[in-house]
Amino acid sequence: MAALRTASRLVAPTRSALRSSFAARSYATVTENSAFDTSASRPPVSPSKTSTVQEPKPDKDAKIKTFHIYRWNPDEPTSKPRMQSYTLDLNKTGPMMLDALIRIKNEVDPTLTFRRSCREGICGSCAMNIDGVNTLACLCKIPTDTAKESRIYPLPHTYVVKDLVPDLTHFYKQYKSIKPFLQRDTKSPDGKEFRQSPADRKKLDGLYECILCACCSTSCPSYWWNSEEYLGPAILLQSYRWLADSRDERKAERKEALDNSMSLYRCHTILNCSRTCPKGLNPAKAIAEIKKSLSFA
Amino acid sequence: MAANVFSRRALQATSRRLVAANPSTFSKTPLSRLPAPAAVAMGQHIQNRQAATTQVSQSGAQDILAAQRRHRPVSPHLAIYKPQVTWYLSALNRITGATLSGGIYVFGAAYLAAPLFGWHLESASLAASFATLPILAKVALKSLVALPFTFHSFNGLRHLVWDTGSSITNKQVIVTGWSVVGLSVVSALALTFL
Repeated sequence: MAALRTASRLVAPTRSALRSSFAARSYATVTENSAFDTSASRPPVSPSKTSTVQEPKPDKDAKIKTFHIYRWNPDEPTSKPRMQSYTLDLNKTGPMMLDALIRIKNEVDPTLTFRRSCREGICGSCAMNIDGVNTLACLCKIPTDTAKESRIYPLPHTYVVKDLVPDLTHFYKQYKSIKPFLQRDTKSPDGKEFRQSPADRKKLDGLYECILCACCSTSCPSYWWNSEEYLGPAILLQSYRWLADSRDERKAERKEALDNSMSLYRCHTILNCSRTCPKGLNPAKAIAEIKKSLSFA
Repeated sequence: MAANVFSRRALQATSRRLVAANPSTFSKTPLSRLPAPAAVAMGQHIQNRQAATTQVSQSGAQDILAAQRRHRPVSPHLAIYKPQVTWYLSALNRITGATLSGGIYVFGAAYLAAPLFGWHLESASLAASFATLPILAKVALKSLVALPFTFHSFNGLRHLVWDTGSSITNKQVIVTGWSVVGLSVVSALALTFL
């Protein structure tokens, strides 16, 4: 690119000599007999003749709410995480927590970091701990009670990448480990897709809707202490989704992979998972069903 | 447009080749009257930016990343999670279970070892020593034993039901949780004042 520029400089002088004046670019010009005072020594208009611009008055019925947000910057790795407080007027903010976060990032502090994508509870990116409960920021209404201050943390007991962004690498590895895909050895009899009865399809309701936002897994105290080996509610719900699928033919293998002291049985029915699920699913029930199928198989 | 760019490139390439072949002849060409080729020839148009970079091997880069990640904080958990009947009762279930079973093991072992050390842990002497306590201490001591016992018993039933896969929806869990709290308090008081 730089080479091109020098080359054009090389050619430009010869071209400008040929260019006629009417094709030349026009510039802002001031004619001699202009009506305006354009002299260099023109004094400013005195303040008494101009209006006063005042600091914007705070709105009378402003609903100022305080948000305390967990901050940690990896560029200062040895610094301690801190809680940063922000105030927003709820009248100028959207109804959801994600709206508040986006507004803070856009208008107050562009260094605030969080994941977000779909803003409608489909992608699961904005999972975080809001007022003590894991949920999706896009599905969580801001409590309109301005006396209560909101606290926003990243998903509990996760390694923090930055601010509200948790490291979910291990969570995804665990998901991969349960082989979340249809495993079959036999072909369908008529060579078409593998079909199932409406009743069998119904068994997958409440399982297939999981978006893997990790809200439930990171709400589980058992998963906090044993995340290395315990799969956690989200992954176990997915395990059950394949165990309950009438088309899957590797159920014995899937069960065997879960049949040890850590993968499944670290679930002590604490039930934070079902309580926190932003999609209204019931991982605790799915885990109970797996346990049942393992005991009565 | 493309032709224009191509001609410029060709012109630049020619002038550069000319400079490389014979710098002295270049000063005599008509092109030398223009400033740009001179700058090209003398390298004055090039801006050097000194950036300090070092080559790091693949494994070395991994080590740096690992060292950085070792400083990452773990996000707050137990202290910030909202107190809810579900996980509080679960924690209490474990605590009461551990203390009750621990207590019975300690007392059982002490009872077995009592003749060796001359302790008096027979029911009669225990009842007699308990009778000497002031009334408040009696009530406190009895309820302190009764409440964990009743709570753990009722909550254990809840867990047994869950293992059958029933009564495990959010609403049912909250309702049964609070009823266990109520039931265990009432029955503990009943046991205390029995």
